[in-house]
Amino acid sequence: MSDHSHALEHHTATGLDSRKVAIWTFIGSECMFFASLIGTYLVYHGKSLSGPTAGETLEIPLVTGGTAVLLFSSFFVVMALNGAQRGNRRSLLFWLSATVLAGLSFVGMQIYEFSHFVHEGLTIKTNLFGATFYTLTGFHGTHVSIGVLWLATLLILAFRGKITPEKAINLEIAALYWHFVDVVWVVIFPVVYLMKDWKP
Amino acid sequence: MALWTRVACRFRRWVPAVLIPLATAACIGTSTQYPQSTLHPKSDFTRLIDGVLMNTVWAAIVVFILVEGALVWVVFRYRGKPNDPEPRQVHGNTTLEIIWTAIPALLLAIISVPTVKAIFQTYEVPKDALTVEVIGHQWWWEFRYPEYGVRTADEMHVPVGKMVLLKMKTEDVLHSFWSPEFAGKRDLFPNRTNTLWFTADTTGYFSGQCAEFCGTQHGRMGFEIKSTSPEEFDAYIKGLQATAPKAAADSAATAPSAGEPTRVSTLAAATRQLDPAEQAAVDSGAKIFRMCSACHSLDATTTANMIGPNLANIASRRYLAARTLRNTPENLASWIYDPQAIKHGVIMPKLGLTHEQATMVAKYLQTHR
Amino acid sequence: MATSAISHADQVPSDHAEKRGLWSWITTVDHKRIGILYGATAFIFFLMGGIEALLIRWQLARPENTFLSPELYNELFTMHGTTMIFLAVMPLSAAFFNYFIPLQLGARDVAFPRLNAFSYWVFLLGGLWLNISFLFNAAPNAGWFGYANLTTNQFSPGLNIDFWMIGLQILGVASLAAAVNFFTTVVNLRAKGMKFMRMPMFTWMSFITQVLLLLAFPVITVALILLMFDRFFGTHFYIPASGGDPILWQHLFWIFGHPEVYILILPAFGVVSEVLPVFSRKPLFGYAAMVFSGIFIAFLGFGVWAHHMFATGMGPIADTAFSLTTMLIAIPTGVKIFNWLGTMAGGSLQMKTPLLFSIGFIAMFIIGGLSGVMHASPPADLQQTDSYFIVAHFHYVLFGGSIFALTSGAYYWWPKMFGRMLDEKIGKVHFWLMLIAFNLTFFPMHFVGLHGMPRRVYTYPAGLGFETMNMLETVGALLLALSQAIFIWNIIKAWRGPRNAPADPWNGATLEWAIPSPPQEFNFAVEPEVHSRDPLWEQKRQQGPLPEPERVGGQGIHLPNPSFWPLLTATGVAGIFISMMMIQFLGWWFVVAMVLWFLFSVYNWIFEPA
Repeated sequence: MSDHSHALEHHTATGLDSRKVAIWTFIGSECMFFASLIGTYLVYHGKSLSGPTAGETLEIPLVTGGTAVLLFSSFFVVMALNGAQRGNRRSLLFWLSATVLAGLSFVGMQIYEFSHFVHEGLTIKTNLFGATFYTLTGFHGTHVSIGVLWLATLLILAFRGKITPEKAINLEIAALYWHFVDVVWVVIFPVVYLMKDWKP
Repeated sequence: MALWTRVACRFRRWVPAVLIPLATAACIGTSTQYPQSTLHPKSDFTRLIDGVLMNTVWAAIVVFILVEGALVWVVFRYRGKPNDPEPRQVHGNTTLEIIWTAIPALLLAIISVPTVKAIFQTYEVPKDALTVEVIGHQWWWEFRYPEYGVRTADEMHVPVGKMVLLKMKTEDVLHSFWSPEFAGKRDLFPNRTNTLWFTADTTGYFSGQCAEFCGTQHGRMGFEIKSTSPEEFDAYIKGLQATAPKAAADSAATAPSAGEPTRVSTLAAATRQLDPAEQAAVDSGAKIFRMCSACHSLDATTTANMIGPNLANIASRRYLAARTLRNTPENLASWIYDPQAIKHGVIMPKLGLTHEQATMVAKYLQTHR
Repeated sequence: MATSAISHADQVPSDHAEKRGLWSWITTVDHKRIGILYGATAFIFFLMGGIEALLIRWQLARPENTFLSPELYNELFTMHGTTMIFLAVMPLSAAFFNYFIPLQLGARDVAFPRLNAFSYWVFLLGGLWLNISFLFNAAPNAGWFGYANLTTNQFSPGLNIDFWMIGLQILGVASLAAAVNFFTTVVNLRAKGMKFMRMPMFTWMSFITQVLLLLAFPVITVALILLMFDRFFGTHFYIPASGGDPILWQHLFWIFGHPEVYILILPAFGVVSEVLPVFSRKPLFGYAAMVFSGIFIAFLGFGVWAHHMFATGMGPIADTAFSLTTMLIAIPTGVKIFNWLGTMAGGSLQMKTPLLFSIGFIAMFIIGGLSGVMHASPPADLQQTDSYFIVAHFHYVLFGGSIFALTSGAYYWWPKMFGRMLDEKIGKVHFWLMLIAFNLTFFPMHFVGLHGMPRRVYTYPAGLGFETMNMLETVGALLLALSQAIFIWNIIKAWRGPRNAPADPWNGATLEWAIPSPPQEFNFAVEPEVHSRDPLWEQKRQQGPLPEPERVGGQGIHLPNPSFWPLLTATGVAGIFISMMMIQFLGWWFVVAMVLWFLFSVYNWIFEPA
C-alpha cells in the first residue's frame, strides 16, 4: 500500500490523499459495473423457459443471516479504523479480525448456498435465472473475497505493528471499498431475495 | 478588395483540385443509374421518409454554407504575420454566445416537429393490408403469404397500389430487411416480430439486401421486390398455389417417386413440347433431385420449414442464391455443381454431382416456373 | 511567477541524468516515457489498421472483386474498426494525456506512476493478443460491435470471437486503471493557484474523458463477461432458443458505445482548443462555455445510446426520446464550433502546420456533425443506418475529427516531446494531401450510401451505380496512405536532425512551454504557481520574452523508483483472461496458476518501496 510516490510528500490540490480520491473514483466505476449486472438480472427476471425459478429456489433465512453479518462487518471495520487512528493496537487487532471473520463467514455462507443450489439442480447453465443469479451474486462474492484478502493482509501488517496512526489511511481506503461492497449487497439482497416471487 | 485578391490568388492553385472532382461528380451523377437508391422513393412509406430527410438535408446545406463560409472568411481575413502586433485579447462575448446557442436550438426544434410526427406514422400498423411474412436465413430470404397459403424465396411479388404489411423474423442470427425504394429498413430478431408497411406506386423489379452484418456471406444476401398489376399478382399467387401436389399427398418432403414423370415436368412437356432427349434429361434430373428434397421443396403451399429456399417457381425468378447469380441454365447448373465455389460458407454443400448430373437437375428445375 | 526560478537554478551535477537502454524503458514509471510508449505503440497499430483499410478498399475498388475471400474481408473490417478505436485513437489520446496532463497541471508526474506503467503494459498485451489472432487464422470476424447472437458458439464456433472478447476485456482493464489515475491526477496534482476554471482546455476535456471511461467501460465489461459465460460456461444470456435476448447485448454495448464516441472526440476538442488560441495569439473564446459544453456533451452521451438502434423497432416513444436527446447534443457541439471561430476571429493567425490541421479539423467536423443530425431522425435513419452514409459520417468525425486534431497535436507538441521541430514545408504538404485524400475517400461514401450500398459487404454487384464512386474512394485511400508516408518521412527527418527546438517555439500559453524541450525527468525544478488561465502569456506580458530555461541538476527532487512489477502484474492480468480462453485446451489449472502469478506480482508491487 505504498504507491503514493511523491504525491504524498506535498500537499494535494484538494487536501485529500490521492489514494482516497482514487478509491472513490474506482467505486464510482464499480457502481456502473454492478448496475449493469443488476439490470441484466432484472431484465431476465421471470423469463426463464424452464425451472427452477427464483421463487422455488431462494431461501431467505440463511441469506438474511449472511446479510446481517456483512452489515455488522462494516461497523467492525469502522471500529478497527478508529483503533488504528488512535493508535490503539488491541482495538485495531480485535475489530479488524472481527471484520475478516465476518467477511469469511459471508463467503462461506455463499459457498454453502451455491453448492446447495447445485445439488438441487440449479447450475449456471440450467436457465436464465441460474445464469443471472450466479453471475450477479458470484461477482459480488468475488468482490467480498478480494476485500477479505485485502483486510487480511492489513491484519497481518497490523500484527507486525505496521499500521501506525500515520498509516491508518491504508486501512481507511480498504474500509471504503469494504463499505461499498456492503452497500452493493444492500441493493442485491432485496432485488434478488426479497423480490423472488415478484412477477414482472 | 485586397482580401478578395488574396483569396483569389490563394485559390488559383487549388482550382484544378476543386474543379476536377466536381466535374467528375457531375458526370457520374448524370450518367449513372441507381436502381437501389434511397433517393428515388417508390412508395408512400419511403416518400414519408424522404420528406423528413429532405427537410434536414436543406437545413444542413444552409448551415454548411454559412458555417464553412464563416470559417473560410475568418481564416483569410485574420491571417497574420509573425511580427504583427498582438491582437486585442478578447475572452468571450456573452450575447454572441447566447445567440449561437439559441439559433441551433431553434433550428433543431423546427426539424424535430416533422420528425416526431413521422416517427409515429412509421409505427402505425395498417389495417386491411396484404401481409407478407419475411423470414431471414443465413443467407437468403423467405417470403410467405399467409392469406394465400404460399411461400417463396428471394423474390417478393406485391400488387401495386395495395398496402403491404411486412411481418419480419429471423430463423438464425439478426438480419435487416432493406428495400431502399419501398420500405427503408428494419432489423429482424429471432424472438420478436418487427413490422414495416408500404404501398408500391410503380411496377417493376426493385432490389434490396440485408443491412445487418450476419456472417460470412452477408454481402450476398440480396432480394428483389417485383411490384405488378393486381391481375398479374393474382396470377402469380395462383401459379404458386398450383404447385401443390394434386394427389392427396400433402407432405412437402415427398419427392417425386422414381419412374413416373413428375406433375410439373409433364405439364411443362405438354406446353413446351420438349424433345425426347431433353425430356430424358429432365426426368433424370427429377430423380437426382430427390436428394435435394431433404432441404428444398417444390411445393409453394408446403407448411414444412425447410433448411433451403423453396424452389416451386425457381425458373421464373431473375436471380439465384439471394441475388448472387443471374438465373440462367448455365449458372443454375454451376451452382448445383459446386455452390461453395460461388458463395463460400453457404449452408448448401458441394453435393458431389458430375457436371452432367448438375445440368440435368438444372434442366429439371427449369421446368418449375 | 515560480517558473522563472528555473533560469536562476544553479548549475550542479545532476541527480537525474537521462537513463538509457531497453531496461530503462521496461521499468520506467516516468509519465513522459510512458506517453511516448503509448504514442509509438498506438501509431504502429494505427498503421496496421490503415493497412487493413487499404486491403478493404482494394477489394471494393471493383464490383464482384475476388481479391479477398469473404472470410478474410470480414476479419479485416472487424479488426480495422477494433484497432482504430481501441488501439489507435484511444491510446494516441492517452499518449497526450500521459505526456501533457502533468505538464499542463504543473506536476512532476501522475498520481500513481507505477499504475500508469501498468496501464500501458496491459494495453500493449491486449493489443498484441487481438492481433496475434491473425497468426492463428482466427482474427475476430463479427464486427467491432460484435452483435449477439452471431457471436454465440452456434454461429461463430471458431476462436475468432474468443480472441476479440478476451482482447477487449484486457484493454478495458488498461483503460479503467488509466482513467482512475488521470482523474486523481487532475483532481489532486494541480499546481498552486490552478483552480478548475483555470485548467488548460486540453486537460479539461481529458478530465471529462476520464469520467466517461470510468462510467462507460464497466458496462461493456459486463456485456463481454456475459458473452464469455455464454461461450465458455454454457449460459444463455444471448441465446434466444433458451429465452435469452440478443437485444440485451445491443443496449449494453451502446450504453458503452456512445460515450465511447465522446471518449474518442473530447481529447481532440481539447487539442484544438489549445492550438487555436496559441496560433491566433488570442485567448480561447468563451472558456466557461467550452468547459460546460464539454460536460454537457459527456452527460448527454449517456442518454442517447439507443439512436444506434432505431432500426430495431423500439416503438415510437423510445424513438422520439432518443431522437430528441441526440439532437440536443448538436447544441453544445455547435457552441464549441462557434467559439473556435470566435477564437480565430480578430486574431493574428500564424499559418503553421498545427493550426492548419486544427482548421481542417473544424471544417471536417462540421460535415460529420451535420450528417449526424440527419440520422438523428429515426425515419431518415431507417434508410441510412448500416449504409455507407454512416461510414462516411463517422469517418468525418473520427478521422476528419479525431485524427486531424491528434495530428495537429503531434505537430504542436512534437518539439516539446523530442526537442526537435517537425519540418514546416513537409507538414504543409502532409496537411493538404491528407485533406484532399480524406475527402476523396469519404465524401463519395455519403452518396454511395444514399444510393443503397450497405456496410460490411465484401463485394457488390455491378449495375447498382456503385462502381465509380468506390473506385474514387480507393484512389483516395491510397493517397491517404501516401499522406501518412509523408508524415513518417517528416518524423524520420526530424529524428535524424539536430535537437533544434527551443522551450517555447510557438509562443505558448501553458506551463509545458516554460520548461526545456524535452523536459527533464522531474519536469519542474520548482513547482510552479499560477494566477490565470494563460500563465505563461501572463508572465511574458509582465517580464517580456523569457530566456531559454536551463537544464538543472534537480537535487533533492524525489522521483518514484523504476519498477518491473507493473509489467509483471500486467502479464498476470492478461494471463488470467487468456487462461479463461485456454480452459477448453488446458483446463482450470492454468487459470489458477495465472491468478496466483497475478497475486504474487501485486504483493511484490505493493511492498516494493516506491
